[in-house]
Amino acid sequence: MGINYLYPDFEVHRDKDKCINCRVCERQCANEVHAFDKELNRMIADDSKCVNCHRCVSLCPTHALKIVKTDHHFKENANWKGEVIQDIYRQAESGGVLLASMGTPKDYPVYWDKMLINASQVTNPSIDPLREPMETRTFLGQKSTKIKRDDQGRLITTTTPQLSLNIPIMFSAMSYGSISYNAHKSLAMAAQELGIFYNTGEGGLHEDFYQYGKNTIVQVASGRFGVHPGYLNAGAAIEIKMGQGAKPGIGGHLPGSKIGEDISKTRMIPEHADAISPAPHHDIYSIEDLRQLVFALKEATAYTKPIIVKVAAVHNISAIASGIARSGADIIAIDGFRGGTGAAPARTRDNVGIPIELALASVDSRLRQEGIRNNVSLVVGGSIRSSADVIKAIALGADAIYVATSALLALGCHLCRTCQNGKCNWGIATQKPELVKRLNPEVGSQRLVNLITAWEHEIKEMMGGMGINSIEALRGNRLMLRGIGLNETELQILGISHAGQ
Amino acid sequence: MKRVYVNEQWCLGCHLCEYYCAYANSGQESMVKALKDKTIRARIKVEEKDGISFAVNCRHCTEPLCVKSCIAGALTQKDGLIVIDQDKCVGCFSCIMACPYGALMPNEEGVMQKCELCTTNSHMLPVCVSGCPNKAIVFEER
Repeated sequence: MGINYLYPDFEVHRDKDKCINCRVCERQCANEVHAFDKELNRMIADDSKCVNCHRCVSLCPTHALKIVKTDHHFKENANWKGEVIQDIYRQAESGGVLLASMGTPKDYPVYWDKMLINASQVTNPSIDPLREPMETRTFLGQKSTKIKRDDQGRLITTTTPQLSLNIPIMFSAMSYGSISYNAHKSLAMAAQELGIFYNTGEGGLHEDFYQYGKNTIVQVASGRFGVHPGYLNAGAAIEIKMGQGAKPGIGGHLPGSKIGEDISKTRMIPEHADAISPAPHHDIYSIEDLRQLVFALKEATAYTKPIIVKVAAVHNISAIASGIARSGADIIAIDGFRGGTGAAPARTRDNVGIPIELALASVDSRLRQEGIRNNVSLVVGGSIRSSADVIKAIALGADAIYVATSALLALGCHLCRTCQNGKCNWGIATQKPELVKRLNPEVGSQRLVNLITAWEHEIKEMMGGMGINSIEALRGNRLMLRGIGLNETELQILGISHAGQ
Repeated sequence: MKRVYVNEQWCLGCHLCEYYCAYANSGQESMVKALKDKTIRARIKVEEKDGISFAVNCRHCTEPLCVKSCIAGALTQKDGLIVIDQDKCVGCFSCIMACPYGALMPNEEGVMQKCELCTTNSHMLPVCVSGCPNKAIVFEER
């Protein structure tokens, strides 16, 4: 093999006193790290193949395994860190673009963690959600700014199409192809049970999942994969994907190796042909063009479904959002730069885009200033990690939030960030049948339902603490937030005061 | 009666059920102590071929051939559950010949053992079911 420049990142530590040679680690590792040595009568491991996904650790019945970060290191250098050097070795070897997946692991500020939530004391009563009703139902879509009456003086109550959510959380777009059939089914089943929505992503809708249509958002992306009238009408809403937080400005590429019979049929492309989503929509070069697609989709669905336009959070996001709000779209979804992906160039993922917290605050403020906030609902995603993040997002002005990484974690993902290899040991980011079957949708959907239900309890608890009994009263209520350790500019963009003020 | 059923669609062939079974019936408190450096004798067995796998244990048949074949009266049916009195078993292997599922096997002492749905160990509920990582093994009424 000549010179091997890369030392394995992880070491498989096996407690020999605990290992019972059951070989479950060997059977469950798609990377073939573990093996049984008959001569030695014990398990052995090839550290260089380990991606640190913890499948073996989680299934080892005697807790004999742990994966440890190697302490092998380059000579200390604050500028030329080990990972920087290794990336150069990789590119010198391959001559290619570095690929990565899931959200950026870089140490950028997480503004959710620099905001604190208020609570009621003495002068205003807090509310106990176990004793009093607490409203989290949310409607997404255009809101009327005026009360209208007919010629008899009766209220006109018809609205443009709305999405009704029991709780303002949705599963964001992950295509069938980037994730497995069973992962999709888990999301669909959970969305139905929770009274929320999941999103097909750009890979079309598998015929088995049309039954979940009432809880499905169907996506139309630049590749237009799987888009046909039946598809558009199958969902509760249509999302036009202009961009993705993890890789703003670039398209997608699902390798032909993943395009089996089922995916080929769902995406309406030949088997084993690479599915390439162009970077732009070739028919959208302006807000006017976007408006044409919005209305083309509305025409195709007889104006019965809200249209979402999803964009990545980038530098001039508020101006872009202002344009989208005037395009006829009903909902704007903004995806922050910490959002996940099944595969993206590492440099793009780690360096392009802006944090969702700042994008959300600036868009909400801008739309209010321009008096067009009611034209659209705002949905934000890109690393919402807990119910506290949800509360903070809603207080900053979001109508609802999108989660995907959190949902995948609930399904078993351990964020090993090697989705692009297609050998996901958890049955999520893979199309290999023997791996896909590892995710039983009955188990997966229940775990998703548990997660969102737990968040719902916590959201109600925190709302009650603030003396708020309706999510509507929290929306855009930035007085409920205070910054901690933020500078003047950050506070000004977020539109919040510093803690203590 | 609730029985153990296997959905082969979800069986990963990880064999954990066998190890949990052997541990549960070992009487030991620690799995390591029970199974380290031992050849396990599980009462459930994963059958696998050509990428298909599923675990098989006693089906607790309504008309059990093993009970009919037992020459010593060691196998009996109690409320639907097929149980074995190992003190009575003479090790003639007739039940092994009779059982179409291969659900009986000799223990270390040469007398027969079989799945009794974890009613005779300290676990109360079948451990192959709770130990299955993918809900491929279920305990339910059908």
